[in-house]
Amino acid sequence: MRFPGRARWIFPLARFFFFAAVLALAAGCSRQEPPADLTIINGAEPESLDPAIVVAQADLRVVQGLFEGLTRLDPQTARPVPGLAQTWEISPDEKIYTFHLRTNLLWSTGEAITANDVVYSWLRALDPKTACDYAGQLFYIRNAEEFNAGQVKDPSLVGVRAPDKLTVRVELKSPTAFFLDLCAFPTLSVVPRQTIEKYGDRWLMARPLPSSGAFELAIWRLNDKIRLIKNPRYWDATNTQSEIIDILPVGSANTALNLYERGQADIVWDKELVPAQLADVLVKRADFHPFNYLGTYFVRFNVTHKPFDDARVRRALALAVDKERIVRKITKAGELPASHLVPVGTVNYTSPAGLGHDPELARKLLAEAGYPGGKGFPHIEYLFNAAAGGGDKIHENIAVELQQMWRDELGIQMDLRQVETKVFWGCQSRLDYQLSRSSWIGDYDDANTFLGMFTSGDGNNRTGWKNDRYDALIRAANAQTDVRQREKIFQQAETLLVRDEVPIIPLYFYVGINYFDTNKVQGIWQNLIDEHPLQAIRKIKTQP
Amino acid sequence: MYFLKRLAFAVPLLIVISALAFILVHLAPGGPFDRERKPASPEIERHLQSLYHLDEPLWKQYLRYFGLVWEKDPQGTWQHAPASWNASTKYRNHNVSDIIAQGLPVSMTLGSLAFGFAMVVGIPLGFFSAARRGQWPDYLGSFLALVTVCIPGFVIAPVLILVFAIKLKWLPVALWESPWHMILPTIALGSYFMGKVARLMREGMLGAAQSEFVTAARAKGLGETSLLFKHAFRIALLPVVSYAGPMLADLLTGSFVIENIFQIPGIGVYFINSSLNSDYMMTVDLALLYALLLIGLNLVVDFAYTMLDPRVKYE
Repeated sequence: MRFPGRARWIFPLARFFFFAAVLALAAGCSRQEPPADLTIINGAEPESLDPAIVVAQADLRVVQGLFEGLTRLDPQTARPVPGLAQTWEISPDEKIYTFHLRTNLLWSTGEAITANDVVYSWLRALDPKTACDYAGQLFYIRNAEEFNAGQVKDPSLVGVRAPDKLTVRVELKSPTAFFLDLCAFPTLSVVPRQTIEKYGDRWLMARPLPSSGAFELAIWRLNDKIRLIKNPRYWDATNTQSEIIDILPVGSANTALNLYERGQADIVWDKELVPAQLADVLVKRADFHPFNYLGTYFVRFNVTHKPFDDARVRRALALAVDKERIVRKITKAGELPASHLVPVGTVNYTSPAGLGHDPELARKLLAEAGYPGGKGFPHIEYLFNAAAGGGDKIHENIAVELQQMWRDELGIQMDLRQVETKVFWGCQSRLDYQLSRSSWIGDYDDANTFLGMFTSGDGNNRTGWKNDRYDALIRAANAQTDVRQREKIFQQAETLLVRDEVPIIPLYFYVGINYFDTNKVQGIWQNLIDEHPLQAIRKIKTQP
Repeated sequence: MYFLKRLAFAVPLLIVISALAFILVHLAPGGPFDRERKPASPEIERHLQSLYHLDEPLWKQYLRYFGLVWEKDPQGTWQHAPASWNASTKYRNHNVSDIIAQGLPVSMTLGSLAFGFAMVVGIPLGFFSAARRGQWPDYLGSFLALVTVCIPGFVIAPVLILVFAIKLKWLPVALWESPWHMILPTIALGSYFMGKVARLMREGMLGAAQSEFVTAARAKGLGETSLLFKHAFRIALLPVVSYAGPMLADLLTGSFVIENIFQIPGIGVYFINSSLNSDYMMTVDLALLYALLLIGLNLVVDFAYTMLDPRVKYE
């Protein structure tokens, strides 16, 4: 077929684009990368791999492979065990920690890791110029908060010091039962000073990048892959199980499942990556591993406005919710209904029972508050966010369910207001809502990570609820060095929170799900905080 | 001369677009650092805001975006403040230019493939539908074109994956590694445009077949086949060509849906996510990139018109 005159170019143009694309492909595909020993689907693309910037769990998991702190997490129990520090002593008043570093610590580039590196890393996270979101993890140290706020200018006044090359001496504000947990948290991990000072914000792109953890960063292509290779100079390198690990950022649950089913990924370890519609079927499979997770789904009341300024109203709404029905009908992955905030299984703590399902009592309380049968009750609104990733409508389904329960049991009319995620957090912070969907994932395995946020000044309180007695109890608990006494005080505080004052309605405790075939992958265990140190994981080589 | 004028006009246009985009993203509720966890003190939030100059008045932020701000340093001398357009508040370790440099080639590859697919399949499909007007090839072709236009990518893509990747296991389910990985996304992305091109081509052919110069040529005794190929085809192509410019701009900048479903490291996802993340600079950068492509390709289309249709001349 021939085309006349000037029209001839149109097919060549289409053909040009086609072949140019094919060539580009061929060029792109010729990048020679050896296959990985292990491929993990980790959730959305990490925002950062800088320990002082990361906040999301998916990001933190990768960072933990690159940079280590004084302690690290045991792969089975996720409790802190010696990391860069081999031993430590704690003073009798539990305010002074003296850490002794291992003598064989090296950066992946060969220089020695010293106590000064630890001090530098912690002060860097606290430095206002770093703008570290999680600087609060260090506020338990003396003068740390003041230094971050700029009230203390001299870094030597902050309670972390290196008396010699192998000793780190930490002085805390008050006893902190979970301080060793924090030492394993990426914000407190040890980062390379020279590289950071040389390259600034872009230091993670420097090659070679000195790492203090079990792995080095070989490749980081946004939305494509992160490749970690074994750090041969890591103090425990002999026990690092994989040479090359690929971390794939996959945001869509269906894509993650497809890749896993076709054998392109060995492990998928984010619950968001289980297609919600299939969750009840999938959790029954042998390669799906559900476990109790340190997270709670709950509803916040804005207690600063009518009608929720009245605790009787809040309790009435809480009592009218059939939580059993929510986990059975909507979440479907085996979640436990929650009557209290702190998840079951938290270390050294058992929660007091909160409010159960009692519509009769709920109606009575509502009548006492002046709204018999819901009469005269103002029209209320429930705020929730559009679920990320798409497809997952859990927030919406729960909202609809609550709407129906409160209408049927209490005669209350409620509108639903769905907003985009960033807007949602903004509204919640400004108390621009009446009722709001909420959740919280513990930062460390301790009751304080849940109960502490409902103290008066806390930025995560977001209910407007203030209670002096509650604040005093939390303070007292955290000053207490006796584990049993501390638990008792926390229980009193939680009773106030979930039985008497009820600024929140706990709905259920999260279940985490990892999926991998135990015949093919070893060294990964399910634990409450869903942490799985990368160095312990290996793929079993199949014999040909 | 005409094209030079058009190019010169593009500059103020881009400035207006950048200003509009800048104002709109800042007007949208929610900021880049609004998230589930509040930092432990309000100071931390303030540090974050000031690191990215979000605490400054909007006009100053806009000037800073282009690097038009000079500030006094502690010694009292005026220093040029670096332009902020390259900073991402979401991916703080990356520059926006790096993100685009990583993602754009991938999106362009996929877009070019889809463009080629849409043209190479769509033009003949439309042509032959029109040539066999009212007969079964026409019905079949028109039906196919209609179906591909009606079914969106987020339906076609999973169906393709289900059939060719999961059931038949011929092709990979996702990722972007070998040419095999590109087949399904190309079809999923290109099918809508293919249908559109086929429909435009068919309409164009039918219109051209009725025009006077075709009747004249027929009267001169030209055979039907060469009539369609030689004379009608060129004119029928015009609507396709004018559609091709914006279509190419659309395809080359990636697709949120297709990149998400196939886990392709292109820049399509950033067009949506940067604004959802309130990543101000990146949103404006991408709006400008898209505008630039659109302006450029429209210019190419106008140029192509002069090549195709002797009746069109620009002064």
